[in-house]
Amino acid sequence: MSMLDGLRLLDGLRFRNISSPIHKIDPRAKFVYVCALFFVAILFNQIIPLLILFLSQVPLVIIARVKKEWLRLIRGSIFFAALIFAMNVISLYFYGGYPSLASIIEHSLAMTLRFIVLVESFSIFFLTTSPDIFGLSLEQMGIPYEFCFAFTTAIRFVPVLAEETQTIMDAQRARGLELESGGFIKRIRNYIPILIPLIVNAIRRSLELAEAMESRAWGASKKRTNLYALKMGGKDYCFIIISIIIILISIYVWLFIKIPSITQIMQL
Amino acid sequence: MGQNGAGKTTLVKHFNGLLKPSKGRVLIDGIDTRHVSVATLARKVGFVFQNPDHQLFSETVEDEVSFALKNFGFDEKTISERVEKVLNILDLTHYRKSSPFMLSGGERKRVALASVLSWDPKILILDEPTIGQDSYQKERLRQFIMQLNQQGKTVIIVTHDVEFVTECEPRIILMKNGRIIADGDAREILTDPNLVSEASLVLPEITQVFMRLNDYGFPRNVIGVYEAKRLILERLSGGFMR
Repeated sequence: MSMLDGLRLLDGLRFRNISSPIHKIDPRAKFVYVCALFFVAILFNQIIPLLILFLSQVPLVIIARVKKEWLRLIRGSIFFAALIFAMNVISLYFYGGYPSLASIIEHSLAMTLRFIVLVESFSIFFLTTSPDIFGLSLEQMGIPYEFCFAFTTAIRFVPVLAEETQTIMDAQRARGLELESGGFIKRIRNYIPILIPLIVNAIRRSLELAEAMESRAWGASKKRTNLYALKMGGKDYCFIIISIIIILISIYVWLFIKIPSITQIMQL
Repeated sequence: MGQNGAGKTTLVKHFNGLLKPSKGRVLIDGIDTRHVSVATLARKVGFVFQNPDHQLFSETVEDEVSFALKNFGFDEKTISERVEKVLNILDLTHYRKSSPFMLSGGERKRVALASVLSWDPKILILDEPTIGQDSYQKERLRQFIMQLNQQGKTVIIVTHDVEFVTECEPRIILMKNGRIIADGDAREILTDPNLVSEASLVLPEITQVFMRLNDYGFPRNVIGVYEAKRLILERLSGGFMR
């Protein structure tokens, strides 16, 4: 079921049209903020700063009123989180040179937490930014309209694809296909009857989309103008400044403060 | 039958275990669907999905039709016999070696039907089988369904196509907003204007004619062409003025 899980995860990133202070922030400012979070998450590999980073996003999620979707997303990422944890434990056990099992587990937990923080910050961005506005901001940053359009369309089709995958799986199971049977190779082969209709339909749909676009004169005028234009306001600059402060503080902490590990604290 | 979003497909997906009941239970031949896999139930309950593009994946029509037979573990000889037979019934023999993706919408739909009929399930569920079929194919399909029914098979059809249904005169279940609003004979359900409009359907054309002829002493609950013919002929032989 991992493919469907992946799609569900993407579906969890789908924008929900509600209004909140976070929704109103310019996507470019939010993007800077997400980059700051990414930077901090990559900078530290200890559990304590990552935990602080994780928890500090919770108020933001509550202000943005996307708690339910956000929780669903975190739950959806558990499969990948578990995978990352297992991979880390195994590789560190054999190649890491860590002194004890406890420290291996702590480090693996930190890596898993880093992944969750990345998912979390990504989700705050996508849950509070409509694909259209995001496309608009890309366009205003000078990215060609064709790419912006392709990007927003791709986002828009994720839920369609998730639903279609479910239907195809149902249709094939109704013909006696057992996805979870057989050895490793057999299990991969089991997905062929699902992947082929999915791909064929995606191609067919993209051709239909192209026809629909052409019949509505897409790309007829070389110089496009937009009905809405994004403008950065005081709030947005504030948000960017906060992001920069977060980066500066974390660089300071990283350089000058020694962060104890949980294993060390326990030993005291 | 019932309007879009009434819950028809959701209901029939419970019959082969694709969906399990959150409350109560679903029994198929005395077996509780919660305790067996979809593959086990599918052997008894054939389900043809609305859109054939959600299931076609093989290189040839022949492979497509034998896919389920292989899943159920039939032997080579039986598989080729069954494929031969079902392609013949559904008028697909000349497409045997063609790619299912090259066929027209209606033909793809028949391939999907063939791929389920091949294992001869006891219960057959057809989700919107008449979409994209011309009137000739529809008539063939109708005759085929009647024939299956006479062989003692249960055929469940999810459809909006009132005219297609009236000719079969089946038991009809009307649904709306996830609930069953009526259950009975076609003659009784499809001639009730209130029920029919509540389910966003239209009265069969014959019924509409006979409702307007009600003032002349004709019955209202007529749905079949042959019955209509008989009633009109009786009246004609009896003379116009009584």
